[in-house]
Amino acid sequence: MSWEPVIGIEVHVELKTNSKMFCGCRADFGAAPNTNICPVCLALPGALPVPNEQAIEWIVRIGLALNCTIAPESIFHRKNYFYADLPKNYQISQYDQPVCTTGHLDVDLDGETTRVAINRVHQEEDTGKSIHVGGGGRIHSAEATLLDFNRAGVPLVEIVSEPDIHSPAQARAYAQQLRSLVESLGVSDAKLEEGSMRFDANVSIRPTGDEELGAKVEVKNMNSFRSLERALAYEIDRQTEVRESGRRIPQETRHWDEAAGITQSMRSKEGSSDYRYFAEPDLVPIVISEERREEIRATLPELPHERIARYVESGLDPHAASVLVSGEMGLGALFEEAVQNGADPKQVANWLTGETTAYLRKRETTIERTALTAAHLVQMTGMLTEGRLSSSAAKDVLAGVLEGEGSPEDVAAARDLIQMSDTGAIESAVDSVLASNPDALEKLRGGDMKPFGFLVGQVMRATGGKADPKVVNEILRDRAAR
Amino acid sequence: MPIDIDIAHVARLARLGLSDAELSHYQAQLAVILDHAARVQEIDTEDVKPTAHPLSMVNAFRRDEVRPSLDRTEVLEQAPEHEDGYFRVPPHLETQ
Ligand SMILES: [Zn+2]
Repeated sequence: MSWEPVIGIEVHVELKTNSKMFCGCRADFGAAPNTNICPVCLALPGALPVPNEQAIEWIVRIGLALNCTIAPESIFHRKNYFYADLPKNYQISQYDQPVCTTGHLDVDLDGETTRVAINRVHQEEDTGKSIHVGGGGRIHSAEATLLDFNRAGVPLVEIVSEPDIHSPAQARAYAQQLRSLVESLGVSDAKLEEGSMRFDANVSIRPTGDEELGAKVEVKNMNSFRSLERALAYEIDRQTEVRESGRRIPQETRHWDEAAGITQSMRSKEGSSDYRYFAEPDLVPIVISEERREEIRATLPELPHERIARYVESGLDPHAASVLVSGEMGLGALFEEAVQNGADPKQVANWLTGETTAYLRKRETTIERTALTAAHLVQMTGMLTEGRLSSSAAKDVLAGVLEGEGSPEDVAAARDLIQMSDTGAIESAVDSVLASNPDALEKLRGGDMKPFGFLVGQVMRATGGKADPKVVNEILRDRAAR
Repeated sequence: MPIDIDIAHVARLARLGLSDAELSHYQAQLAVILDHAARVQEIDTEDVKPTAHPLSMVNAFRRDEVRPSLDRTEVLEQAPEHEDGYFRVPPHLETQ
């Protein structure tokens, strides 16, 4: 029997507002523990929340970019549960009247576009962070939990897809394209490594062709696009094995263990889904008029699919365009800046989507952590165009620049990679090679081009590989024609 | 009509450790409260607009401006235990 995976993804995005969702504490990442806390985000008695209007504008922006319906009126609910990083014992969230409903994102994968429907986009607040200490850092043997409430109350937007995704690769493409959308809107840093973008997946399998959904397993703790793809592939295999052996899949939450490469069942908590939602009495409804909605729509920047279309129009192939827009983060910004400063778009795109992307993957790093700048790209492509750098030497130069060895000029000089394009010097090298190979020259003059390659090789050797092969070819042809 | 309450479940949700005597005591009390709510639900609300809030105001927002936070030392001193700038609490195993 063949099985079809059915996947839905929940994405949490932290908004990059100056202040928190319901209080004036700073919402930035990386401050010393418990320095951004106040009576509201610590849930001291009597404190009252007041929503951040910037966050509301931004969730509308996200909803519009995802083709959602913006609710004319929406309200906040309390989601009740007990956990030490949740000071109020409830999270202010949204339940049956979220700000945005029923949208979609068109996802490109290997040249094919599929539409993933969005169920809802709602506004909530983040929790604090807990660190488990003692017992070697393992949660089950921890001696105590340390709490930092700096993140408690930071505006969080949850984007819930419909179960429209049918492969791990498609899930990854959806998550990546959603990330670049959110990033382009300027509403979040959307950094997986800092936790400002996080995702959970609901996975089930069903016999291909069936309409009914299987029992759904929630997979958590995937901290990179790669781990999302790996975790889903593992989980689909696991479920297939269980079903094929005639057993059933229990509905549960499983934790992705990156090091072991497996998902593991989490201790199930009795009544964990009993959140007893009720309307938040401390907050009044959010009303977004048609006029306000259109005003926000007018502020939408160029969206990723529009940007891809613009790149393709300027001559890039669609794959390169989509890698620049939705691939490794920060490539698009480098591309734009290099092109604005006069670099050739196609050349820059090739170096960024080829060598640079391969380097980032291999080192498992991000473009911001390398030393590469737009100015470097302008300089390097300029050297290529001038013939001072061969494309194989350029690979070495780029590697050196990425490693922080300096500008392309510096690296090329230090690694002795500057190509000889001074015609005079190459001419004398060619002439001395011909002088020591008179037979070969005779053959060329007689119309036998067989020794041509050999002679080019000799010249390259004589110049330590630094002569521009194009120039060597030209001069040799000129000598043969004499 | 008496309303059936799983009082042990309700207590567990509220993280209350109650004795059997307390459970049956509260079960009876809660039943009265729920009976009252059931009577309210009988009112004909056919022509009443649903509302989540008694106030007629909407959109009570604040500008996205940073206001001073509390002094950490002062806050942590109120806590039973703290360590290196963190609140220190007993380990919790349950995960959200
Ligand atoms: Zn606060």
